[in-house]
Amino acid sequence: MAKLTIPEDELMSPGHMGCLGCGATLAMRYVLKAAGRRTILSIPACCWAVMPGVWPNTCLQVPELYTPFETTGASISGIRAALDATGQNDVNVIGFAGDGGTADIGIQALSGTADRNDDVLYIMYDNEAYMNTGIQRSGSTPIGAWTTTTPVGTTGSWEKSPKKNMVAIMAAHRIPYVATASVAYPEDLIRKVQKALTIKGTKFMHIFAPCPTGWKMDPGLSIKIAKEALSCRAFNLFEIEGGSYKINMKPKKTSLKEYLFKQGRFKHMPEDLINELETDLDRAYDELLRLESLSLERAKVPDA
Amino acid sequence: MVKEIMAGNKATAYGAMLARAQVIAAYPITPQTTIVERIADLIAAGKWDAKYVMVESEHSAMAASVAASNTGARAFTATSAHGLALMHEVLMWAAGARTPCVLVNVNRAMGPPWSVYADHQDSMAQRDTGVIQFYCENNQEILDSIVIAYKVAEDPSVLLPAMVNQDAFYLSHTSEPVDIPDQELVDGYLPPFRPSIKLDVEDPKGFGSFIMPPQYMEFRAHMARGMDAARERIRKADREWKEITGRSYGGMMDMYRCEDADFILFGAGTMMSTAKEVVDALRKEGRRVGVARLRVFRPFPYEEVRYLADRAHAIGILDRAFTFGRGGPLYNETNGQLYNHKNRPPTKNYIVGVGGRDVRQKHIRGIFDDLERFEKKGYGNEGEVHWWGLLDGSTPEVER
Repeated sequence: MAKLTIPEDELMSPGHMGCLGCGATLAMRYVLKAAGRRTILSIPACCWAVMPGVWPNTCLQVPELYTPFETTGASISGIRAALDATGQNDVNVIGFAGDGGTADIGIQALSGTADRNDDVLYIMYDNEAYMNTGIQRSGSTPIGAWTTTTPVGTTGSWEKSPKKNMVAIMAAHRIPYVATASVAYPEDLIRKVQKALTIKGTKFMHIFAPCPTGWKMDPGLSIKIAKEALSCRAFNLFEIEGGSYKINMKPKKTSLKEYLFKQGRFKHMPEDLINELETDLDRAYDELLRLESLSLERAKVPDA
Repeated sequence: MVKEIMAGNKATAYGAMLARAQVIAAYPITPQTTIVERIADLIAAGKWDAKYVMVESEHSAMAASVAASNTGARAFTATSAHGLALMHEVLMWAAGARTPCVLVNVNRAMGPPWSVYADHQDSMAQRDTGVIQFYCENNQEILDSIVIAYKVAEDPSVLLPAMVNQDAFYLSHTSEPVDIPDQELVDGYLPPFRPSIKLDVEDPKGFGSFIMPPQYMEFRAHMARGMDAARERIRKADREWKEITGRSYGGMMDMYRCEDADFILFGAGTMMSTAKEVVDALRKEGRRVGVARLRVFRPFPYEEVRYLADRAHAIGILDRAFTFGRGGPLYNETNGQLYNHKNRPPTKNYIVGVGGRDVRQKHIRGIFDDLERFEKKGYGNEGEVHWWGLLDGSTPEVER
């Protein structure tokens, strides 16, 4: 197989307003490289609503529509409908929203878009909290995490509920393509965006995007931590195409504790909670393996 | 031109079709539902080539409309009451984004208690969104107003969304004859939507990005100018519509026998048709009375209100809505516009028809009588704001 090369065209200019080591800026850069210039972006309230720059500046070289927080799904549906109505059929429509804007406030509109199977790509860049507003917990914040609204205090009031599984929720809508990607693996990410854009209907991608500011870690560790997230099973790389699961990388298992303790947001986590989380993550990975093998078995059965 | 008997909601669907709306995003709500059904019928029958996005909420209906408009398509939606309230955030956005979407709102009471009947609380509460607001008194006016609304909203000097309001059931579900203008006639009046800037991959721009205090205020002042410019555009659009259809709605205000009237009632919607009937009857009895029907609430017709003040001994303001804490919205607006005017006849506020309570001829007669009484003797026990027809005896029994 020929080695995939990353497109050279840069549609994100230098000068963004992101923090040092921001994973979300890499996510945007790679997505635009994959999608190319014939792309319209819709961005709700999130880090990327301010990172392009203050009016009249923007570091993005594609048309961008900024929208209210909860409207990304409806917005990209509206853009697609208008392109169809005006006879433009060669333009990509991409919603680019954070985890709070997707898993929490935007889930209703996103569900509507997926239910109608409108021809759009929805990307959730996941930094596991409301980072733009100052690190408040979201539905995508993992269990045990400190945030400004789940302070540890003297009572251990860290995040108590597990990370919301957006990929499973979107797969349950039976849309043609759902995938995860990570800024630590740009070739895999770009390949998935390019593939998604060849498929008609609603596509959903969950991109893991470390946030050194919110995760209380060294900005130089963003890529390393994203790789460790994969190997400790905190985040898995897979795609669901037409209902068939494929795990894209199966690295040798590494320590969850080491992954967690590189980040200040987890440093208070007691041993038993770490063990509990590890059991949970291992189980989720095991389920994924089973879904993959089930998909392979199904593929072997000839059409009746 | 074809004349057909149709309900207000069907007239709404025809109006949007004749305006060649290209993207429709809507969510059903009583009593708007037959609008979304008739739109579906027209598209299914192949009579209307449009993209119909059946969204999961009114919030998304407006959000999809704004995005479609930003992409260069003429967008349409329709809703009512709680649906309009849910849209509130995106109405603000649509106006700030200067997207000339048109929506039809079927005026309905807000819950609780749940009610599906006529009331202007829903739309008047959207006063400060930056959305132009028209009010109708018959089904023909609904159809015509949708076309006129696009003409005004898309004018480069305006570029604001517009809302056409029609009373629940009195119009939405009541059938009456409606002229369906020829498509060529409408096409000649309303050219295709061609915004000077839009989401365009050949000319990439950001829409609605983050802005700092030194510039934000300029954007809002531009919006304010757009809304002010709409007054003259509405008058012009009304004149031009009359030239091709013979129908005019008075531009900013529909005045009926006001020119020499001593006592004028000012209000909105279908109840003003009843008031016009009463004016005819009272005129026969020799009383100099008139009716001013609010045609446009935003921008507010302050010049027309001042015209009324220049001739009336007293003005009664009928509000089918209330600003809890102080009077009805039209009352407050009217008084506000008269304060700096040389002629300031006394005004009295009548709260009527709330939650679909019928406003009958006897009520209007009673209000005219009360207005004359008040002009001579001053406010009674009820003061400046009278909830007319309450069952507690505060209104004379014969007029309840």
